[in-house]
Amino acid sequence: MSTPSSLVRLRGITKHFGPVTVLRDVQFDGLAGEVHVLAGENGAGKSTLIKILGGIHTDFEGTIELDGQVVRPRSPMEANALGVAVIHQELSLIGPMSVADNIFLGRTPTRGGFVQDARQHEAARHWLHQLELKLDVSQPVERFPVAIRQLIEIAKALSQNARVIVMDEPTSALNAPEVNTLFALIQSLKQRGCCVIYITHKMDEIERIADRITVLRDGQWVGTAPAADLPPPKLIQWMVGRDLGEQFPRHAQHLGEERMRLENFTVFSAGLSSRPTAAEVSLSVSSGEVLGLAGLQGSGASELLLGIFGAYGTAVRGRLFLDNSEQLFTSPGQAIDAGVALLTNDRKATGLVLPLSITANVTLAGLRALSPGGWRRPARECRAAEAMTTPMRLRAASMDTEVGVLSGGNQQKVVLAKWLQTRPRLLMLDEPTRGIDIAAKREIYQLVEQWTTEGIAILLITSEMSELLTLSDRIVVFHRGRVTAEYSRSESSPELILAAAMGQTASV
Amino acid sequence: MKSFSWKSALASPAGRAFLALLLVLAAGAIFNADGAFFKIGTHRDTLRQASVYGMLACGMTLVIVSGGIDLAVGSLVALAAVCAGKMAIHWNWPWWQVVPGCLAVGLTCGAVSGWVTATLRVQPFIATLSMMVLARGLAKFASGGMKVSTAVQNPDGSYRYVDVPPLFRAIDHRILGGNLSVVTVIFLVCVALAWLALSRHRWGRYLYAIGGNEEASRLSGVPVTGAKICAYAASGLFAAVAGLCQAAQEQQGDPEAGSGYELTAIAMVVIGGTSLMGGRGGIGLTLFGVLTIGYLDKILSINAVPEAGRLVLTGIIIVAAVLTQRRGRT
Repeated sequence: MSTPSSLVRLRGITKHFGPVTVLRDVQFDGLAGEVHVLAGENGAGKSTLIKILGGIHTDFEGTIELDGQVVRPRSPMEANALGVAVIHQELSLIGPMSVADNIFLGRTPTRGGFVQDARQHEAARHWLHQLELKLDVSQPVERFPVAIRQLIEIAKALSQNARVIVMDEPTSALNAPEVNTLFALIQSLKQRGCCVIYITHKMDEIERIADRITVLRDGQWVGTAPAADLPPPKLIQWMVGRDLGEQFPRHAQHLGEERMRLENFTVFSAGLSSRPTAAEVSLSVSSGEVLGLAGLQGSGASELLLGIFGAYGTAVRGRLFLDNSEQLFTSPGQAIDAGVALLTNDRKATGLVLPLSITANVTLAGLRALSPGGWRRPARECRAAEAMTTPMRLRAASMDTEVGVLSGGNQQKVVLAKWLQTRPRLLMLDEPTRGIDIAAKREIYQLVEQWTTEGIAILLITSEMSELLTLSDRIVVFHRGRVTAEYSRSESSPELILAAAMGQTASV
Repeated sequence: MKSFSWKSALASPAGRAFLALLLVLAAGAIFNADGAFFKIGTHRDTLRQASVYGMLACGMTLVIVSGGIDLAVGSLVALAAVCAGKMAIHWNWPWWQVVPGCLAVGLTCGAVSGWVTATLRVQPFIATLSMMVLARGLAKFASGGMKVSTAVQNPDGSYRYVDVPPLFRAIDHRILGGNLSVVTVIFLVCVALAWLALSRHRWGRYLYAIGGNEEASRLSGVPVTGAKICAYAASGLFAAVAGLCQAAQEQQGDPEAGSGYELTAIAMVVIGGTSLMGGRGGIGLTLFGVLTIGYLDKILSINAVPEAGRLVLTGIIIVAAVLTQRRGRT
């Protein structure tokens, strides 16, 4: 067995942000032809390490070696030139520009200052062809779905002769077939001798593609091991530093009366003239029940929740009963007044007002009740916000802290506190644990458990199978806007749910 | 023992805005034009001259906090001034008809801007740019393109002079033994009202939330459209107050008045430290901004710096002030 050579080698990497040390003496070895997963909780220092490698953070201690040469990239451009490409979570393509322009951005082939479009198109097609992708390269990037854009980004990396390719949670916006395409591509990158450094929070992805795993915790290197030597329980133990146990406690059921019922509910998120995103959905949820809504990307489950919540105005059809009285919400304000709350799936884009304080965010949805006559009562708002955040163990310097500076887990608690503050009867949670660390996830699971004992009905969407199975009393599966299956807790299994979510209804 | 630290004072936008004002005042104390800076009359005049701009800045702050911009306020000053002249001089209306009449004109124009941007989803820059042109046109139309002054044209073409309306005299008056202008008092009332709205009323919190993240606000039940329309309407209202004061001070309604005022008002808001991105800022900061620009202009003028030089210097100082504000943010 020959030992593959070390392509990228980091030693003694230390990085401070002001007085805070975010990385301390971290080491990392990436071999040619391997998929190396970089694992760790949020705040463990993964992103910082990647930014150092990618030339974004330039003041650090320690050394970077590429192919045995000590290098020190001082800008993303220099890192690219050295063969390091970072594909960030938020893609860095420019929407209105063409595919070819994006691939060659900053390196446009020119003659006498004029762009040589034909040459650029030809070269762009060549690199996309390597990924077995046929696109009209003169089309603007924004016309393509996220998965294709991800591939365009990879083509861009290849065109720069990148041999170290870093992917930061690349599957967060992809559905299952797209993930398969991406993983096939990663295999071919391996065969070309690239080192793929892969960051993910999803256990099943780690199990599928990792060759080796390096774990960081609190800015320190915990260890590097072949994936086979790190089964999930041990990996989690490395990541959290304490034994959480693999399974979260299954909760007891507290089912009450029917809380909400949908009859033939149809949502037109893109206007009444287009295809409905959720069609003729009939389901019900009782007080104290967690109803899981399963589905792959584009299943329409998120849009269904937004439709119930009145976010699409009148672009919904069908009937909605809340505690047996028929309702139709044409604005979120009406839904909130009726005791419905919706935690959206993207806290930064649609959940929080980042420049405002914790107090202002927590009280935003329930401000009307807190300010009778229109005049605000700051002391009352502060008490109301603290009453919500204290039991959640929100960690922040003060209630006046801007939420923009909080960690992902604490931000998520702020959004949850905002919705609980409205005293909801029906709580709809769309990806309540996206992008937060394991400890915070566990706390949110306990909160969900607690809310059900208080009689709140919960609709839950989550892309993590284990979370769905752990939390849900019942699971309804969506495929392209329609309900394809419903399973009770005891009869559900990952295989059945995935099959139904991909539209296979035969086996049931 | 040092209890004051520059670092902590510079940590907040309010601290930086206050220090900028102190710097300007210190410059005034040094370049005092043979003691002119230390005369109370200089300060009274500074405040009086800054007041009309300051009123616009109050409304502008509401709009900017909500993530918008209002370019129409300068033209609305002219429109309100012309209306005030027409009503008070030509039609001899009593003050209790002139004041609500003018304010209604400003409020309506502002509400229309707000409706166009909030309901029709036209970018605020474009919506208020249109209103800026439209209101200037209305002002010229209502005045026939001429100043509405106390020289009234008779049907035979000759002129007769009428008295300055009592309302105009009252606004252009000084109180406290001649040491405080009434327009400054009006400005301070505007500051107080805008502060109450922005810092103590639910609507103000809504404006911050909309400026910080409009979609998240909408999904939190914030009445986004209504709150935005109200912000532009309030800006129009403050502009009408400013126009009324302008007419009283000039004793005429000038359809060319107020041109470029919107830019001064925006500069005052931004120098104070309110973010043009929305969601951050406040009326207190704007008050600092108004005083900073007001004093800067006064100090340059008492030192006989010609207007050309004054404009160049003011431009440089605005950029410098905004750069300091931005450095503090990250």
